[in-house]
Amino acid sequence: MSKLHVSTTVNGDAVEYLCDPRETLLDCLRDKLNLTGAKEGCGTGDCGACSVTVDGRLVCSCLMLGVEAEGKQIETVEGIAEGDVLHPLQKKMIEYAALQCGICTPGILVAAKSLLEKNPNPTEEETRYWLAGNLCRCTGYDKIIRAVMDTAAEMREAS
Amino acid sequence: MALDDRKSDFTFVGTRPNRPDGLDKVTGRAKFGADISAPGMLHGAVLRSPHAHARIVKIDASRAEAHNDVKAVVTRADFADVPFKPGLEGEFWNVLENVMAGEKALYDGHAVAAVAATSALAARDALKLIEVEYEVLPHVTDVDKAMASDAPIIREGAADYSVPEGMHPNVVRYHESGHGDVEAGFAEADLVIEDSFVTEATHQGYIEPHACLGMLGNDGKGELWCTTQGHWIAQKTCAALLGIETSQLRVTASEIGGGFGGKTTVFIEPVALALSRKANRPVKIVMTRSEVFRATGPTSSASMDVKIGMKTDGTISAAQGVFRLQGGAFPGAPGDMTAMCAFAPYNLTNVKQIGYDVMSNRPKQAAYRAPGAPMGAFAVESVIDELCNKLGLDPVDVRLKNAAHEGTKASYGPTYERIGLVETLEAAKAHPHYAAPLKPGQGRGISCGFWFNHGGETSVSLALSEDGSAQLMVGTPDIGGSRASMALMAAEVLGIAYENIRVTVADTATLGYNDVSHGSRVTYASGLATIKAAKHAVEKLCERAAAKWGIPVDAVKWEDGCAVPSGPNAGDFDPMPLADITADMGSTGGPISGHFEATPEGAGVSFGTHIVDAEVDPETGKTSITRYTVIQDAGKAIHPTYVEGQFQGGAAQGIGWALNEEYIYGEDGRLQNSIFLDYRIPVASDLPMIDTVIVEVPNPGHPFGVRGVGETGIVPPLAAIANAVSNAAGVRMKQLPMSPPRILAALKDNG
Amino acid sequence: MVEVHLWSSLRSLTGGQQVVEVEAKTTGELLRALVQAHPQLQAPIDAGVSIAIDGRVIATGLTEPIPEGSEVYLMQRLRGG
Repeated sequence: MSKLHVSTTVNGDAVEYLCDPRETLLDCLRDKLNLTGAKEGCGTGDCGACSVTVDGRLVCSCLMLGVEAEGKQIETVEGIAEGDVLHPLQKKMIEYAALQCGICTPGILVAAKSLLEKNPNPTEEETRYWLAGNLCRCTGYDKIIRAVMDTAAEMREAS
Repeated sequence: MALDDRKSDFTFVGTRPNRPDGLDKVTGRAKFGADISAPGMLHGAVLRSPHAHARIVKIDASRAEAHNDVKAVVTRADFADVPFKPGLEGEFWNVLENVMAGEKALYDGHAVAAVAATSALAARDALKLIEVEYEVLPHVTDVDKAMASDAPIIREGAADYSVPEGMHPNVVRYHESGHGDVEAGFAEADLVIEDSFVTEATHQGYIEPHACLGMLGNDGKGELWCTTQGHWIAQKTCAALLGIETSQLRVTASEIGGGFGGKTTVFIEPVALALSRKANRPVKIVMTRSEVFRATGPTSSASMDVKIGMKTDGTISAAQGVFRLQGGAFPGAPGDMTAMCAFAPYNLTNVKQIGYDVMSNRPKQAAYRAPGAPMGAFAVESVIDELCNKLGLDPVDVRLKNAAHEGTKASYGPTYERIGLVETLEAAKAHPHYAAPLKPGQGRGISCGFWFNHGGETSVSLALSEDGSAQLMVGTPDIGGSRASMALMAAEVLGIAYENIRVTVADTATLGYNDVSHGSRVTYASGLATIKAAKHAVEKLCERAAAKWGIPVDAVKWEDGCAVPSGPNAGDFDPMPLADITADMGSTGGPISGHFEATPEGAGVSFGTHIVDAEVDPETGKTSITRYTVIQDAGKAIHPTYVEGQFQGGAAQGIGWALNEEYIYGEDGRLQNSIFLDYRIPVASDLPMIDTVIVEVPNPGHPFGVRGVGETGIVPPLAAIANAVSNAAGVRMKQLPMSPPRILAALKDNG
Repeated sequence: MVEVHLWSSLRSLTGGQQVVEVEAKTTGELLRALVQAHPQLQAPIDAGVSIAIDGRVIATGLTEPIPEGSEVYLMQRLRGG
């Protein structure tokens, strides 16, 4: 099957790749662009480890085809920190030990950042439901929820 | 471990610094199993049996082999001929048979062939070109049916010495232990309850699928990168299965995206190496989620009968259990461990436990966090709860009355050393959760849990740098933040800052053998080895200081990161900091390193007590966990935040196992729920915050008092939740998971 | 002499004895002595055993000393997750 040429923007950088029409956006990020931060935990949109935003909308990159990224603005975990300055969510995740193995962490960060952009003052329930599409098998979510809510509080104070 | 160097006053241990690998993990740059590639790399894919039990009549791979994108095809013939023997020594054969089917496919998802092709898509497509002719055989997936006389035989001759005569060949191991006279004990009881319980198989559910990159030449030298809990066991097993020398295969452990026991063996790793040897190119294999569910280790399912007698004052007069565990198409279900752990929290005069290991047409069970213990605790603690209800006794008081302590003869035989069960029960009784009022429709459950922790073969190496920093090499993959704990323990001994220690999980070529990150052993054993290696380096530092000062080495001691004279008679010298000694170490005797290689045998056993509140919706049968408290003895918490994390994670997995998770097989013996949509693990909106209480009763077998904490946390939840749900619903739940349909059915049966 | 307590299903291999007395100063000597006394115990030992000395479980070590008068239990080999 012949490959298709795709031009898109990832974390602010213009990029191009050739992909098979069956390959997912996740495959393209990982295998063509070497952005291996997004993980494939399920391939069926159930675990959220591959979370990215496309034109500001949170999606599972395993459920989107690579060719669909044409002309879009994509943000991945690799784009969350600004240079050597970590995003407050990244700092709090470390501080709260909100990760054990860390495989779900990229997806959680992308999803949580998306939450706080939409709702800077989420309740615990809202946070839990927003992150219900991001599976974590290690932590029982306790420290993740606390880290996100504390980040929200800190960002509200700072703004 | 001698007690003379026991430490109880700490500077670094017990603090909560950021983990050393935090930045890598939050920026996406940490490299997990699938995050690697190599020049010239091929992609592998595995063809799997669609049948639960079938003779493999013929495999025709000629069409696949002829395809231009395909560079290698392997079947069982491409692996070493490892002889089959029953028992533990046959384990290499069992693993080989599981990695690639021989004469028969033994379960839905069993690997029968594999290809390596120029892309992942090409590899997947090429599988369709392989033709396998099967002769479908009768199958069995249920443990009780697999023991019945008319059950199809999975494999003749798999049973070992322990199985009594007359049992079905699917029963492959038998365990019986206990003490006293249970019949006499039951006769003394005021109330005896006997009941049967069932738990379903669950999967460890790590979010990272198995992934590896293998390179092997026909010179017998190879490299393997894989996500694993133990790269030395991967090295040893792959070498055996491929017929090469162990030392010629260098294995590097990637960052690991969860294991929980499921990554203590190999699946695709030998396949990637076999394909690589044939194609002469590196081969990467990444499992799909469906492959993970169908073909990697779920835990055992269980069918159990428990009988307990109690006096009106709450004293248990006798206890007996029969535990039948199904472990898939291979020996290994931990029926013996279930039996030995089931009654271990209690001080019993009369106890008897029997465990069976039963084969069926399911994937080979793998260890899952305290393997075997949660199921037994579910059955035993449910019966204790029912006895408390019937006799009108407080469930914590009854457990305290019967609790094992130092000097108690354990249900599995020996006399306990210092243990912390009573302390966890007292903490439960004192916890505000236990006194909090319940709302209508809610119930509260209590359970204790026990697990044997493990020591295991351990090597650690610590090297000091000229600038006074230290690099620590450990061999136990960091699953849950153990690099932080190791650095804290090294800092404690060396007296240098936590941040000045770089901890690396070394590959198999740069450190001696290490047992797997399992058995709750990492903080215990690698921690002990880290302390010993650091002390070894400190001895050398003291020698150098003594030489500089011109005094005997026994006149120098190590204090707060400095060599100091050991007393007023030793001489009057200013403290000499570590960095002053390392600065010129090259010219004062050479590099300074510390090592430790041993098999520490003082892991000690571990106990916990959980309190759960559950609310059952009588209309839908849905259960909500409204409050959860974990209390567990950690011996000494090195990094308390990560200890809490282990407690919380164990509880959350237990909640999934108790309420929702199960392997569902159709009549055709095929797994019906092999994706996360259908095999639903707890999500954030399912759970409450999980409170923790760290009890610290120091382990006499560790210099800082550490007890492993990884596994015990999953032992009490099944029972504690079942007790809470039963008390909320007013009906005893005897089968897991307590899914809405099962609860509705139980409510209906109860009228 | 060391009194070795066996788990009860091993009685079928020792002519009904659940406690076997052997001469041994280490865990390795103990296992050899057990097989000498009851050759059928070779099978469970090959399948994997641990030894508890005064309550401390020795998972695999064959060189652990057995102090005079200590309580000794033979156990099935422990496995972790």
